[in-house]
Amino acid sequence: MSDPRITELSNVSTTVLGADEIILNMGPQHPSTHGVLRVKLKLDGERVVHSECIIGYLHRGVEKIAEHRSYQQFAPYVDRMDYVAAVSNGLGYCEAVEKLLGAEAPVRARVVRTILTELQRIASHLLWLGTHALDIGALTPVFYCFREREEILKIFEKYCGARLTTHAFRIGGLQYETYDGFEQDVKRFCDDFDRKIDEYETLLTENRIWVGRTKGVGILSAADAIALGVTGPVLRASGRKWDLRKAMPYAAYDQYKFEIPTRETGDTYDRYVVRMEEMRQSRLICLQAIENIPAGPIMARIGKVLKPAPGEVYHSIEAPKGELGYYIVSDGTTQPYRVRVRPPSFINLQAFDKMARGSLVADVVAIIGTIDIVLGEVDR
Amino acid sequence: MANDPSEKDPVSKPPASGAEEKPIAQKPAEPSQTASPADPPKSVEAPAPKPAAPAATTPAAPGTPAAKSAAPAAPAPKAAAPPAKEAAPKPLPLDNELVQKLKARFGDAIREATLDRKQAIVTLAADRLREISRYCRDEEKFDMLVDLTAVDWPKREKRFDVILILYSFAKNERVRLKAHAGETEPVPSVCEIWPAANWLERECYDMFGIVFAGHPDLKRILMPDEWQGYPLRKDYDILKQDTDWVRENLGIESGQ
Repeated sequence: MSDPRITELSNVSTTVLGADEIILNMGPQHPSTHGVLRVKLKLDGERVVHSECIIGYLHRGVEKIAEHRSYQQFAPYVDRMDYVAAVSNGLGYCEAVEKLLGAEAPVRARVVRTILTELQRIASHLLWLGTHALDIGALTPVFYCFREREEILKIFEKYCGARLTTHAFRIGGLQYETYDGFEQDVKRFCDDFDRKIDEYETLLTENRIWVGRTKGVGILSAADAIALGVTGPVLRASGRKWDLRKAMPYAAYDQYKFEIPTRETGDTYDRYVVRMEEMRQSRLICLQAIENIPAGPIMARIGKVLKPAPGEVYHSIEAPKGELGYYIVSDGTTQPYRVRVRPPSFINLQAFDKMARGSLVADVVAIIGTIDIVLGEVDR
Repeated sequence: MANDPSEKDPVSKPPASGAEEKPIAQKPAEPSQTASPADPPKSVEAPAPKPAAPAATTPAAPGTPAAKSAAPAAPAPKAAAPPAKEAAPKPLPLDNELVQKLKARFGDAIREATLDRKQAIVTLAADRLREISRYCRDEEKFDMLVDLTAVDWPKREKRFDVILILYSFAKNERVRLKAHAGETEPVPSVCEIWPAANWLERECYDMFGIVFAGHPDLKRILMPDEWQGYPLRKDYDILKQDTDWVRENLGIESGQ
């Protein structure tokens, strides 16, 4: 490893030392692969020549299970894909089935859904920030992030009794009314939260080590990102201003003002900046929504047995990690004929090889972290 | 936890009555009326009809919205009803600019174009998939492959639908390409058009056994390499396992 030729390597094409290439396995038990991702790295000295992600360790056959459950019965399963953003998964699924039925959730339900989904986005980004910083070697942020995430999980718990796999929404609207003091809880969280983001930023944004470890690491150009189907913050950090909440508004997003943060370079630092700003924007959406939650029913009249007319639908939402889509085919029975999940993590992870080639082994950890994958969703 | 069930009256009532057989017969009448007050939300959806956009601009437009507003009303009350005579919303024929251009250029290769729940679906001949995909990307600006997947219809002569969902940033619009494929028929790979297809085609191969001709590295992605069978095929039972694989690799007898 301490090959004296390594210093030359940075200027030389990586295949020069073809004879010295070694294969290094990272994972599936490596702590910084965020679950059970295995990466096979082909190394020339310290540089990555080629990489291959080996996935499937957490494959549970969610799409197969869907074909053997009724539409409502399958709803809790989707929470277990991206389990750090269960609320977003649920929103996508419920809206997709509603679209298939030709029904729509009442306005009140849509606003409450929006609030909870944005809180979930913050929670997901906080978990990302904490663990990503931890991977790179900043030990402090994770404690701060979990402190605030806890507040969000408490709101979820008060709302629906669950913290992680919430099953917060139902097809057609909501199962539960908001609890007394819901607005105040969200408001209190949002009022504090801006200051808290500043706190994280003091720890990282201008920190020399952080900047050194993230700037110029894992660059992905916008053209590559689009060709690889990459969406979400990763795409926005590459300079493409695109967010499904604006492009094809769903839930109640068309009613609120918010910005889509973008950056130009598409490196790890840019993705960090974009996600930080997204948390601020999510906070603003929550504050706007909480001001005026319309009164009214929380459930559409869709009946107890769902039998969508034969046909198919694709519906997608902007999940914290990117475009989360559901393609559902109905054959007119109570069970879906086919449910396909378009998982943002899976498709974004495909860009890993592009981002990692030519980088140092130490940066691989930063690149895995910056894509923000959850293996439950990659493998389904 | 602090949720009072009594608060969700409007929710619990309709399902409660809908569970019985008799009330349903009456139900359809009421909700379909109440469905019209529920129409305003429809118009909320209207300003954001992305895939619908092509329809709205085509000759089909006058007929389409009418049929559409009928469609949502029908399934809603139908909920618990037996598969009654309420006309299931047949996919409407679609004839927008994109379809016309595709037909002019590829002729018979474009088998059918439909609009299902305001979303455009173009069915095409599998052997010309790559050509048509390239055209869609280069000329029609569908620069992102959102998803590529398949559906298994085992009773059909060509059992698989291979589905590509495309998105155009320029038009903010999606279109779905669909090709039928037989069990042993390779489908042309679109990897060279959208690199995103790489893993998606591998997953399709893994789950359905569809072979994509021209894929650079077609192998299983989620299941173990030596796994026998294709789990998402309809004839693959949900309890079925590759017992040999389980015995060999986990050292246990399959629990099923």
